[in-house]
Amino acid sequence: MSEPIKTDVLIIGAGPCGLFAVFELGLLDMKAHLVDILDKIGGQCAELYPEKPIYDIPGIPFVTGDGLTKALLEQIKPFGPTFHLQDMVTTIEKIGDPLFRVATEQGKVFETKVVVVAAGGGSFQPKRPPIPGVEAYEEKSVFYAVRQMEKFRGKRVLIVGGGDSALDWTLNLAPIASHLTLLHRRQDFRAAPDSVNKMMALVAEGKIDFVLGQVTELQGKDGQVACAIVRRNDNSVFNIACDAILPFFGLTMKLGPVANWGLSLKDDLIEVETASFETSVPGIFAIGDINTYPGKLKLILCGFHEGALMAQKAHRYVYPDKKLTFQYTTSSTSLQKKLGVA
Amino acid sequence: MPKIIFIDSGNTSRTVDAEVGSTVMENAIRNSIPGIEAECGGACACATCHVYVDEAWLEKTGGPSPMEEDMLDFGFDVRPNSRLSCQIKVTEELDGLVVRTPERQA
Repeated sequence: MSEPIKTDVLIIGAGPCGLFAVFELGLLDMKAHLVDILDKIGGQCAELYPEKPIYDIPGIPFVTGDGLTKALLEQIKPFGPTFHLQDMVTTIEKIGDPLFRVATEQGKVFETKVVVVAAGGGSFQPKRPPIPGVEAYEEKSVFYAVRQMEKFRGKRVLIVGGGDSALDWTLNLAPIASHLTLLHRRQDFRAAPDSVNKMMALVAEGKIDFVLGQVTELQGKDGQVACAIVRRNDNSVFNIACDAILPFFGLTMKLGPVANWGLSLKDDLIEVETASFETSVPGIFAIGDINTYPGKLKLILCGFHEGALMAQKAHRYVYPDKKLTFQYTTSSTSLQKKLGVA
Repeated sequence: MPKIIFIDSGNTSRTVDAEVGSTVMENAIRNSIPGIEAECGGACACATCHVYVDEAWLEKTGGPSPMEEDMLDFGFDVRPNSRLSCQIKVTEELDGLVVRTPERQA
């Protein structure tokens, strides 16, 4: 087992609430590591609506998801949080009072005094297409992500979708696959125009096929696909013979491993008390969209409030012998020093 | 108040009262209509409030905007009458609107 990473607080989720928690914890001298399944910081703000407006952040009449993420990163910079992206916490084990051993999918191990679950709607997972029986082919010949391109060398590959992932992998795998077909339901793409142009050039050179339609059924056996049955928009049906299928239908949120951590749940949300947003397990907190309590609103501003109160209680676990004096950033020299402005 | 009729993939029909100016998705969520998830909360950012507009109503609802059409790429079993219900605003004209929910959203 790899050497555990020791930290005061481990935050699960690097969305706005997880980020602001770093600030509130930092003011009280607690260091944080953050784990997030996405390849970028910002959670739903980054994945679902980077360019869409948010109008209800107090004091900020208008900001985009991307703008809010950048501003929060700037705000928490003095506290030097460490990010572990494209990874997912799988297990949390209580090993002290409180001390937790937290393990991730990628094999990282943390030892932390406090855990803050700021996981929003859960973890983002690739969407599964509604093809009957597709489960039997998954990870054998149907893949929702490409980890090793070599796996597809010399294979007949069918890529389904019209977004950036579909286009990027079409371009990357075109020289490797023996034959590549891109299947999309319409002529327009939701992808970088440059990628679309490059893809169209490959089609014009006869190097790949671009086909309009949607997969309705798979044929094959023992998890190895042989061909996909495709329906055109005029309802006519045809087959595409292939050895591997890569559907790229975006991401969806699933509760994921959160359900296995022994926390009291209600309707797939973590129950917390409202003095410190602690869960049923002392030392584990839940803030933001993932928690529930009487009167809960899934608003970013509520998650910020929850983070501030959480930090007060977390301090007792991290520094059991220190007395906490409440201070304002406006007037406290000691807080201003931490922020690097005094 | 205009009424909206949701028919699920098992052909069960549910009628709800909808306020003018709200979205079809909001009325589905408010009335716990099964088959509408609306993960992103109405930002036209997730395609989990996908519905099929009854052919008779297509002219009145109109078609998807380009941004909505882009999001529909991430929907499943998308058909010519597919819409994201968060992008259909309820008007008096839409009283009696019939939409069908797909077998699944994601």
